[in-house]
Amino acid sequence: MAEKIKGKKGAVRLSDGQVIVPHRKSTRQYIIQHKWLYLLFLPGFIYFIMFRYIPMGGLVIAFKEYSPFVGIWDSPWVGLGQFRKFFSNNDFMKLLINTLGISLLQLVLYFPAPIILSLFLNEVRHSGYKRVVQTLVYIPHFVSWVIVTSLTYQLFNVSDGIFNLIYQAFSGGKSFDILQNASAFWGLIVGQDIWRETGYGTIVFLAALSGVDQELYEAARVDGAGRWRLMWHITLPAIRSTIVMMLIMRVGGILNTGYEQIFMMRNDLNISRAEVFDTYIYTKGIRSGMYSFSSAAGMFKSVVGMVMVLLADKVAKLFGESGLY
Amino acid sequence: MAKEHKVKEGAKVRKSTGDRIVDVIIYVVLGLIALSTVLPFLYVFAGSFATEKELTEKAFFIIPSEWSLNAYQYAVKTANILRGLRNSILLTILGTFSCMVFSLTFAYPLSKSHFRGRNWMMNMVIFTMLFSGGMIPSYLVFQAYGLLDSWWALILPGLISPFNMIIIKKFFQGLPLELDEASYMDGANDLQIFTKVALPLSKPVIASISLFYGVGFWNDYFNAMIYLSSAEKFPIQIQLRSIILQTSKIAENQVLDYDMFGAPPDKAVKMACTVIATVPILIVYPFVQKYFTKGVMVGAVKG
Repeated sequence: MAEKIKGKKGAVRLSDGQVIVPHRKSTRQYIIQHKWLYLLFLPGFIYFIMFRYIPMGGLVIAFKEYSPFVGIWDSPWVGLGQFRKFFSNNDFMKLLINTLGISLLQLVLYFPAPIILSLFLNEVRHSGYKRVVQTLVYIPHFVSWVIVTSLTYQLFNVSDGIFNLIYQAFSGGKSFDILQNASAFWGLIVGQDIWRETGYGTIVFLAALSGVDQELYEAARVDGAGRWRLMWHITLPAIRSTIVMMLIMRVGGILNTGYEQIFMMRNDLNISRAEVFDTYIYTKGIRSGMYSFSSAAGMFKSVVGMVMVLLADKVAKLFGESGLY
Repeated sequence: MAKEHKVKEGAKVRKSTGDRIVDVIIYVVLGLIALSTVLPFLYVFAGSFATEKELTEKAFFIIPSEWSLNAYQYAVKTANILRGLRNSILLTILGTFSCMVFSLTFAYPLSKSHFRGRNWMMNMVIFTMLFSGGMIPSYLVFQAYGLLDSWWALILPGLISPFNMIIIKKFFQGLPLELDEASYMDGANDLQIFTKVALPLSKPVIASISLFYGVGFWNDYFNAMIYLSSAEKFPIQIQLRSIILQTSKIAENQVLDYDMFGAPPDKAVKMACTVIATVPILIVYPFVQKYFTKGVMVGAVKG
């Protein structure tokens, strides 16, 4: 087979030792020859500039005192003033605690859920049963947060929801309004996440498992390995790098708690535990018009998020995993 | 089949009683998990056809004792749910189509290893997965583009999802190179190869990515809430949300409308609207299920 030679673009060494260096066209010639490729490429390129990179440029208002009447360019510079205001604000610690609290709870409870479910599904030999279970558990992922919220209201509301009735039966008539209780909020959010995403989350792990040679299991069984040893020595190693990859993404997104869900589940009574960076940015920015202040908050979140992904990726590589890039 | 047979033949690997018990536990637990995902839907579905009386009396049921279309009549008549439904269908079709056009045309050149400028463009794309302008700068920029209160504000900012684009690109890269060479020999240009060779071979990835985009448009609530202000443009999720938030107010205001069953169908109306917003997704789901699994798998394998 042809083998690529490093340092020389496109050059290959064939199996008999012959080296082929392709004649490289000038860029002008190349573009003319492949003009259709460039025309196909152009709309997407313009999209990335207009809708991804120009909004990044809009982050300059985080360093200004933006006023809608003056415009982005003519608003006065305030340096790091908005950031100072954000970090010294009493809200900051509250936001940080709520965001990290929800994220860590997700990491502990919600992250392992699809892995465990995949291991269970992997034990099922009856393919019809497996397919039915898979089909059903994927469904909630495709349903909107508005609907998940609606279902939650129907089942958990204090006046006639079934969960409150069950709770009353066990607590001797006391009712528990989980929807309007600050201390229950994190659990409620993570519970919804688990219900909605666990099934769908199994797909990547099952995909990794489908690549495992079944002979491996048989050989180990013949050697007397039981169910747990098969799981420990064959199944888990097969999905280890997928787990690490998902973990990197999870850790990288530690400040992303997802606003639609939290936005819809919060109310006046649980707000003390429900205000996270995303909802705060929305409330301060779009609702109250503090554009510069909330842009600074948003920028803090974006920068920390990026650093977290890169760090997690580095750590994964230190442990010998291939990482994301 | 053959595999199981082989295992059975080796007498020493016969399942022990303990193993069988674990098997039973696994089957039961999986059954319960599957049930827990479906039961809320079944309850809301049943409730939407039930009378308000039954809904207040019974906490949970999946077959109503008395069937009623009252809630649906009310939802259609007063809750503007049909307008939301129509808007969401149009928005989803328009949005998904635009996204697919942009994503496919953008991914195709980038899938060619000889395409010059490929590396720095990919870096540019990947950077947007790591960092973004965020909600407020984006809002202000899109406002400056004149997108406020327009469906384009919901469609244009998400035309190409980097994640979906990379899945499509990987799929194109998997197509045999010989096809390109043969087509060049026949005198075809890149556009002809793209439309006549690559696209017809890409139906699985087109199906799964269309599903991802389509579900995104159908389910979007937050962007619609931020950018839209006129009620006649609201998609169904906004309508549904406002119906769910209304407590018994609709009942107080419109007592005359539905005195026929004694109680106002407040809970049933919410359920009926939830069903109306859910059913389109569930109708499409069985047809595309096999494709989205493939799409996620392609996305999970790095390349």
